[in-house]
Order: sequence, then C-alpha cells, then structure tokens
Amino acid sequence: MKPAPFVHHAPRSVEEAVSVLAQVGHDGKILAGGQSLIPVLNMRLASPAHLVDINRVTGIDQVEVGDDAVRVGALVRHAELEYHEGAYAALPLLRQALVNVAHPAIRNRGTTVGSIAHADAAGEMPAILALTGGVVEATGPRGAREIAAVDFFQGPLETSLAEDELAVAVRFPRFAPGTATAFAESARRHGDYALAGVAAAVTVRDGVITDARSSFVSVTDVPSVLDLTDVVGGSEPGTADWAAAAEAVRAHVEPEADIHATADYRRMLAGELARRVLCQAAENAATTKGSSDR
Amino acid sequence: MTTQMFGAPIRRKEDPRLVTGGGRYLDDLGQHALAAAFVRSPHAHARITDIDVTDAVDVEGVVAIYTWEDLPGKVAEPLPLLIPHPTLTHGRTGYALARDEVNHVGEPIVMVVASDRYAAEDACQRIRVDYEMLPVVVGIENARDGEHLVHEDAPGNVAAHMVQQNGDVEAALAKAKHTLTLDLSIERSACMPMEGKGVYARWNDEDGELRIYSSTQTTTGVRAAVAAKLELPLAKVECIAPDVGGGFGVKIMHPWPEEVLVPWAARLLKREVKWAEDRREHFISSAHERGQLQTVTVGFDDEGRVLGLDVKFWHDNGAYTPYGIIVPIITSTQLLGPYKPGAYRCEFRSLYTNTVLVTPYRGAGRPQGVFAMERTMDAIADYLGIDRAEVRSRNFILPEEMPYDHGLLFQDGRPLKYDSGDFPASLDKLKKLVGWDDFEAYRAQAELEGRKVGLGIGCYVEGTGVGPYEGGHIVIETSGRVNVATGLTTQGQGHQTAFAQIVAEELGVRLEDVHVTTGDTRKMGYAVGTFASRAAVMSGNAIALATRNVKAKALRIAADALEVDEEDLEIVDGVVQVKGAPTTSMPLGTVAVLSNPLRYAFDDAAKAATQFAGTFDPDKPPVAEDEEPGLEGRDFYSPTQATFANGMHAAIVETDPVTAEITILRYCVIHDCGTMINPMIVEGQVHGGVAQGVGGALYERMAYDESGQLLNASLMDFLMPYASEVPHVEADHLETPSPLNPLGIKGAGEAGCIPVSAVIASAIEDAEGFPITSMPISPVELWELRQRHEAGEIPSLRHPHPAPDPSNTQEPTR
Amino acid sequence: MTDMTTEQVHDVTVNVNGVPRTATVPARRLLSDFLRHDLELTGTHVGCEHGVCGACTVLLDGKPMRSCLMFAVTAQDHRITTVEGLCDAPDARPCATGERMNPAQQAFAECHGLQCGFCTPGFLTTVTAYLEENPSPSQEEAREAISGNLCRCTGYQNIVKSVLRAAEIRTERLEENAGESA
Repeated sequence: MKPAPFVHHAPRSVEEAVSVLAQVGHDGKILAGGQSLIPVLNMRLASPAHLVDINRVTGIDQVEVGDDAVRVGALVRHAELEYHEGAYAALPLLRQALVNVAHPAIRNRGTTVGSIAHADAAGEMPAILALTGGVVEATGPRGAREIAAVDFFQGPLETSLAEDELAVAVRFPRFAPGTATAFAESARRHGDYALAGVAAAVTVRDGVITDARSSFVSVTDVPSVLDLTDVVGGSEPGTADWAAAAEAVRAHVEPEADIHATADYRRMLAGELARRVLCQAAENAATTKGSSDR
Repeated sequence: MTTQMFGAPIRRKEDPRLVTGGGRYLDDLGQHALAAAFVRSPHAHARITDIDVTDAVDVEGVVAIYTWEDLPGKVAEPLPLLIPHPTLTHGRTGYALARDEVNHVGEPIVMVVASDRYAAEDACQRIRVDYEMLPVVVGIENARDGEHLVHEDAPGNVAAHMVQQNGDVEAALAKAKHTLTLDLSIERSACMPMEGKGVYARWNDEDGELRIYSSTQTTTGVRAAVAAKLELPLAKVECIAPDVGGGFGVKIMHPWPEEVLVPWAARLLKREVKWAEDRREHFISSAHERGQLQTVTVGFDDEGRVLGLDVKFWHDNGAYTPYGIIVPIITSTQLLGPYKPGAYRCEFRSLYTNTVLVTPYRGAGRPQGVFAMERTMDAIADYLGIDRAEVRSRNFILPEEMPYDHGLLFQDGRPLKYDSGDFPASLDKLKKLVGWDDFEAYRAQAELEGRKVGLGIGCYVEGTGVGPYEGGHIVIETSGRVNVATGLTTQGQGHQTAFAQIVAEELGVRLEDVHVTTGDTRKMGYAVGTFASRAAVMSGNAIALATRNVKAKALRIAADALEVDEEDLEIVDGVVQVKGAPTTSMPLGTVAVLSNPLRYAFDDAAKAATQFAGTFDPDKPPVAEDEEPGLEGRDFYSPTQATFANGMHAAIVETDPVTAEITILRYCVIHDCGTMINPMIVEGQVHGGVAQGVGGALYERMAYDESGQLLNASLMDFLMPYASEVPHVEADHLETPSPLNPLGIKGAGEAGCIPVSAVIASAIEDAEGFPITSMPISPVELWELRQRHEAGEIPSLRHPHPAPDPSNTQEPTR
Repeated sequence: MTDMTTEQVHDVTVNVNGVPRTATVPARRLLSDFLRHDLELTGTHVGCEHGVCGACTVLLDGKPMRSCLMFAVTAQDHRITTVEGLCDAPDARPCATGERMNPAQQAFAECHGLQCGFCTPGFLTTVTAYLEENPSPSQEEAREAISGNLCRCTGYQNIVKSVLRAAEIRTERLEENAGESA
C-alpha cells in the first residue's frame, strides 16, 4: 500500500497555487489535510500525476468570526475550528458536528474546507455548510467567485469547482437570534462514517417555533436542507408534532444500502435522529440556551 | 526465597523496551534488504491464461520477477498439508505462486523483488494477467448444494466428512419427553493482529546457510518447512521470530507462500529479501475463521436434563486445507462444554469455497461450538420455563465426576477427558458477580424508563496445552546470569516474564537475573509452537523441569565444594547456602565456574576455573563421569493429554427500542485456568479475549459478495472495535489446579473470546423476547428481526419478558 | 500514472525529537516510511496505511497525527516527536533497567497497558499529547481519548487504567520539576 509516483508542487501563495493548477489541474489533485486523499493514494485507487500541496500557502489559515458569518480558511484544520471559542460562541453547530468527524488525530490534520471540497455525502461538514446556507470562496485563473452551498454540491464527490480552481475559504452564516442547533449521528463504531446523521436548526420566538430545518449525513446524494417549518412552525416546542417532522424526513431522504446498513434502516435512523435533534434544538431555543454543550 | 515470584502480578520485563521504541518487529529489521510484493488474483475462481510482465521489467528498482514457471523442484510443488486426517479425504493445498488456477481473491500469482516496496508495487501494477472466469462458490449454502465445484476433483465441495458419537443418539432422542431443533449460523471473522505477517531472509553464500526471520507462531515449523522446500539440510537453516505484533492463530499456519518464496529468492539472488504484509494483503490472503451453519437436535426431560444431543454442522474451510480440519474437530468436541450430553453424535462436513483459507483463530472452533450448545441450553430453559442458569447447573459435570471421559477423540487424537474443574462453584461466583438473582428487579426498573435490557450467560470448557511437547533449556553463566530458552514463540503473552517467574521461584534467583529467549531455533531446535493456549502449560512445565535439573546439578557441585550435604543446601537470591547457616555459601556464578573446568584463563571467572587453579583429586577426571561441563539443564514436557480450563461469562445488554442499537452495559467473567503464574497477565489475556469476542459478536464479519470479492477489506469497513466499543470487563478467578502437570496450570490465552457470541446472543434474546440464532448481529439485523417478529415470521419465546413501550424514550443517541 | 523516468527526489529536513534530520526522498515517501526506513527510527509502527489503526501516530508540532497519512515533503521544517522522543521529555525518568520513560510510558509498563506492543507507540504519543490538554481525565474521558487507536491484544481495559495512572505520574513529576526549579 504505497502511492504511485507523482510530481509534488508546493506553491507559497494562492496566486501561485492557481497558476500551478492551471497547468496540471486536469491531471492533478490538491493536497491539503490529505486525510481522505492519502488513503486513496496508498491503495492506488487513484494515481494523479501531480499533487498541488497547498500546506505552505500563506494567508488561508485563519478562522474569522464576523457579525454575519464564520469564515474558515482552506488550511484551517478541523481541530482548530472545533476548539475555536469565538466560532463556537457564534455557531455552536460547528463544534457539535466537528466532534463527530473521525478521531482527534484525523481532525488535527484534516481541513474543514478540504472535507467540503471533497463533497462526500458521508461527511459532516458539507451538511453543515448546507444547513447554514454557506458559501464557498473559490479562486481560479478567471478570478475569484463565491458559490452558494446549494450550487456547490453537484453529486457524490462532485462539486461545481473547476479543476483549476482552489477553494480558499468557506463562510458559515450565523443563524437568526432565537435559533438553536443540534447534531446527532449514528455510526457503527465511534468515529466511523455515519450510517445516518442529522443536523437541525430551530428558531423559537415568543415560545413558538418560527423556523425549523435540518440537513443530513450519509442519507442523501448531496447535502440538502429540508425545511420543516410547515410541519412544526407555530407550535410550542413541547407540543410540536415531531413525529410528523420525522415522517417528513423519512420521505425526504434517499439513502442507499451498503455492507453496514440497508436503505430502510438508514431511513428509519434519519427519521429518529431528526426527531431527537429537532426536539433538542427546539427546547434549547425555547430556553434561550441557544446551544447545547458538547 | 525472599520474594514470592510464582503467582504474583509481576510487572513485565519486556515493557521498558517496548514502550521506549526498542521493539524489533519484522519490518524493523533488514533496512537495506530488497522488498517483495505480489500480484494477487483479483478474481475468486479463474484459470490463468497468460501472464505478461513486459511492462514491469524496466520499472526503476526492479530486480526480479517470478511466476510459477520460474520455480524449481519442490518450490513448484503444492504447499504441504500440515495436519492430515483420515476423514480429510479430499485435502487440497495451493502453490507458492498460482500454477494455472486461482481459487480465491488474493492468491499470489507473481512475485516482484525490487529495491523498495514502492518500486515493487509500481512493477506489480504493470503486470498483466489474463483470466478465464470459472463459476464461483461463496457461502456455505452454495458450497453445500454442490452445483459448482471449487476443486473439480472434490465432489460436493466436501473436503472432509466426520462423525463422532458416544451412545445411541436416535434411541435417546426417541425416548426423550421433549425434543427441540435449532438452526444456527455464525459468520466469519479474522485474527487481524496489528502487525501483519512478514518474512525476511538472509542467505550466507560463503557458508551455504540461510537465516529466516518470520513474524510467526512457530519458528521450528517454518524452519523445517523451508528446509524441505529448498532442499537444504536442516542444520543449514535457522529461523528466528523477532518481536511479533500479535498472532491470534493466523501466524501458526505455515509455511505461507511468502515464507517459501522470500528465502528462495534470497538464495537465488544472493541478496537479503524482505516481505512485510500490508493490511490489504492481510485481509485477502491471510486466513479467516469461524463460518459455520449448524443444526442441533436435543432431547431432554421435564427437569431440563439433556438425554441426547445430535449435532450436524457445515464448516467453511475456504479454498484450501493446509492446516487440516483442526477447527471443525474442535467445534465437534468442545461444543459439549461443562455438560453431560447423554448420548451424543456430531457429524460435520468441511466444505470448500472460493474464499481465503480458514485456519485457527483464537478460540479455534470453540466459539461456534459454545454458541450451538449455549443456544440449546437457553432454548431448553425457555421451553420449560426454567431459569437459564438452573438448566445449565442441572446438566453440569460435577467435581466428583472428574476426570470425566466423554468417549470422544479430541483435536490431538487423544481422548476428550476433562482433568478437573468445579463448574457449580464457577456458576455460583458468576451469579453473584453479575447479580443474577436481582436482575428482574433491574429489568423492571429499566422498563419503567422505557429501556430494554437483557441478561445473557454462556459457559465453556477449553482443552488447552495440547502436545506433543515443548522443551526448556537453562544455562547459568559465571556472572550469575540465567539464560533460559524455549522454542515456542511469543506474540504478546509476556513469556519473558512468566517463564522467568517460574525459573526465579524454582531456582531461587532474582527475576532480573533471568533472561528468556523464545522462538529462536539457534537456542532451542525442538519445539512445536504457540497456539491452543499451550505456551504456559507446555513450555512453563518444561522450563520448570529443566530448572529442577540445573538446580540439582548446582546443589551437587556446591555440596561437593562446600563439603556439606546437598539436602542441607538452599538457593536464595542466586546464592547457594546452608539452610540456617547462610554464611557458608557460594554464588551460583561460582558454581558455574566450578562446573566448567577450563584450560585457558581469559577473565577472572575463567582464571578460577582453570585446571591449574586449585586443589583437585588427581584420580578423578576434570569433568565427572555422567556429568557435562557447564551449569546447564534441559528437559521436555510431553503430557498424555490436554488439560481443560473453563469459564463462565454473563452480560447485561441494552437495545434501543427504536434504532436497535446494542450496548453492553456490563460484562462479567469467571475464569478458571488452574494455578496462575502471573494473574496480571492472565487478566490481560481475558480482557483481550473478551474484546475480540465482542468484535465477533457485534462488529466483525467478512463481507464477501457472490463473486467472491471481500467488500470490507480495510480497517475502515472491517469493524474491529475501538475502546469505545469494548465494555469494561469485571473478572474473577477460580483456581482449580490441573492434576496433570507439575505446576498445576492450564492455558488461558484463548479463554476470553470463546463464549462471547453465545453470551451476547443470550442477552439480546432476553431483551427482545424472540430467539437469536445468527451471530454476529448488527443494529440493522436486529431491527429487521424485530420487524419479522412483529409480522409473525419469528416466534416469540415461550416465556418472554414484557417489552417496554418504545414511545417512552427520549434519550438522544450517543 | 507517470512515465518511467527517474523519479524526482527532494531533500527533506524535519526536526525529529529535537534533532534536524535530512534525507533525500521522492515526494511520495510517506512520513511513516521516512521515519522508519530513511531515518531508521523504527519505534513508529505501521498497521494499516489508511489512517484507521493509529499505530503510526506521531506528534507534529505537538499534536497527534497519522504519519501514514502525510508525506515527508509536507512535514518539511515541522517538529516531529516519535515514541523514541518521548524518552527525552522533561518529565521522563530512568527506570531500573535504564530506559528513560515519560509518564505515559511509565504508566503503560506499570499497568500492563500493552501485550504485543505493536500498537503501543501510537497510544503513547496520543496519550502524551492528550494529557497536555486534559491533565486529569475521568475514566470515561480516558476511554474517549484512546478511541482513535486500535489494539487487538489488551481489550483496552489496562490502557484506560494506564491513561489514568499516567495523569497521576505526570502531576507528581510536574510538582517535582517545579520544586527543583523553585
């Protein structure tokens, strides 16, 4: 299990990275944390001729907490975001989800932007970008552009990033006041890819649910957001019809079977996890905790 | 003796080295050796029509590429069938490199030797093999129906058909008031040591000698097998096991193709060659175990006493049978556990499939057998509405019935005769430990909280310490250092400590002066290997006997020198002294000097030992008749039969009423391996065994698809448990010494894993109220069983516990 | 796949256990192989080469990472600590047989936290870094802390015990060190 040969590029700036990508992008891969890419290389399931190693690129390693959003640079490791107190205060959902990403040693190396660009439907952070209505900031030879999550994820492991574009950052917008979030997933082993995972954000105003939505891990092709406001909006958290919300989730998801679980089981699990996290988020929103602790 | 050594929880001598990076595992050796890699079959069953290596020969770093056609003489012949058996009528083994047919994914076809592993893999990727596909046989049902054959000349895919019986089963069943039939299945798993296999060979061309390092459980076995294959005199081959990163059975199989090919290539190329198996190779080309289908028919009376037991099972032996049919023989005999079965008959068929071969994995056939027996005990209890522990108790062999002969032949070809054990006492301890009698109150409380819990139990008896023999060799240096050698290997069991404890206790020396070497044919050429929980029993006793010999010699020489009676001497902390008058003494090192008269004085000890050093009796030879020079002792232990350890486990599990996720809340173990040399090490073995058992019960399986592809050939998809999946184990011991050996010990290595699937099945069944007949079980499988149960496809237990109301639960998942 | 021209090599310098170490390697050399085969620091072990088992865990700038999921070229100019390097920690002490052991190493040896020892270096680096973050973990936290590393021998029970013991030893030695410098 040794990777095939490749040419290693180590650009120092975004501009240099983009110019290298312009030359080799069709036959190359970007290496950031490498925690998904290198296993694939070691197994020789992929043998790109070029690796554009962005680990020495300057200026893309910051977490910036703004009034509207948390902006995460391409070299921010999962663990840095997980432990970032400002990010946690602004958007607890980030940490709620990140603690489910593999194991600490992987989170110390893997990058949040990388896992979003990898667009694995079993990844937690694509689902979080989707639920927050986030944005991917991309730079390429044609300049910089912003891609909304809804346009970014095209299919399993497929995004709208061009092969010569680099995702330099993502922005996770903050939720409206009165919103609380929760995240849960079920994996065979702690740290494994989830059989199903659900993120929820519920807004409560004056004791009444005004907005409820969730996004999913491992049970949809691409991260998608299900708006459940029609189902539970107008209710109080304690009396909302969470069973109906779960039913809507079961109808929404399109899980596939693999060796670890059947599609039916994953569907059931998505519904049950949704019931639990929606309920939890709603209660937290109502009690103005605004977040649940790790 | 100043400190008690035998029986004390002494810290391991190996650990300071291992925790500081000082371990030397196979791939840590031979940093400049050439590396081997293999082109392995991507197909489960195919004829090889062409191999084209043209594109690979020019890859930078490639030194040699070999196919079967390049192999000479015996290297080109099939690998040995190590353990033949009269009922193994259609035994088959593979070739070191596939000849013209492949029978499982992962079978080696081409060997590449290159400057390093990267280059070797580059070359492998460029080698093209053409195949003609053949029908694939995967799964026991497909093998059993015999529509397609793995080996053309093995009809019905049957490698072996064996029947053992004791008494008239049909008559017993006909007479029994009640009978039940159970259909059971258990899936494959694998040993999965953290270090894969590996072999590193050095050919010394000047002396015509071969040195092999192998990550093996038997160096004498590898040495003999390689010498035979390479047609070398045994005296010209040595084999050493360095630190071995776990074995669990897979490394007792030998010679693996690579163990033949790497030394062969090293000799041919006159270069050092090394192969370190990677994880993917380990999954697809190293052995698996466990897979069986079983049908049990049991006849019993109103009290739940078994009158007749008729077992049929079908065992998946994979593509080849190089290790014979040890695993199903063990299942067929060890199934009986601590019980008297009345009349017993067991019939099995060992079947070929186009999957990697099956050889012993920790427990070796016992987890399957115990699963069959314990499911049967639970079924009887449920049928009659009797407490499950009570039904077991009524069928126990009692201490006063020991030794107990089952009238069957065990895996070693010797009678299945239990030497000792106190099963009622073990059960009593277990019930107290787990709180058996209080469980219904706990369950009732849990049900009020909307939780589903269940209690399970499983008992086993394990034949340990099978022969034929092991040896011990001890030599005491003039410095007082005690060198101990035994031939079997070590892969984490702490032999350097446990064996040193035996020597320290028997001889009267300090633990730190005792240095144990295992698995090195240069130090001890006669040995069998480390498997079947035999190391402590076999080598432990051999070393004890050897120590007694060297001690007797030391006392003889010292008595002579001190001019006292041998009877009056003792050895304390390495000093031979007169009992009650310790000032009359001499260190063992001095005795070693005296034992070895020398001509030349190269150091102080030697100076003291020259023939010219002191007074001597001119009428006596320097070395007495019947003596040999040196303070040395050697002996062998070869018992007439195995010794039988036993244990009983109980677990409390919780199943999520909605998601069917399964959590082990408590896991309790009572373990009896006779006298314990080092209880800390024994407990460590139990913990590790239970963890492997939990893996086998809830997480691990080999997911082959119908074309014979292993779909989960990575640690990402083969769900070996992390700490987060393994329960805390509460263990207690009973020590029923074995009457069969001088130390009273029984084996402990495999114990922990043996009953776990049975225990967890029992507990889940108890929580759910319907029978669990197939293991391992995952949440999705349990969820589906619930649906089938609700649909009436699966009957309820006759005496189930009321199920809690699932709508009560609020708890989020972990 | 690239053509078969001679593979480009890089001079890689990494600070390993406090010492700058250089080797000339191709870009694809995994950090694990670089440490083990180029620098001959074989204490770091390779168990799966796909990042699941944790045997190859080393500290990169003090944080545990999988050395099989990094290329040596990427580690250029970073600080690596392997199991061998733990012996040089300020809180390492010599044991009776001469080896220096840091609190985690000492605790594993005391608590029978290892059997075959192959996975152990990955646990030791992980635990050493973890105790920096959480100097007095609960039993549950100790179990969580080691839950990214596979061990096939011990059933983890004595590893959990070792983590708790390591925390105690670490605290004792911190106090000793503070006393000495006071």
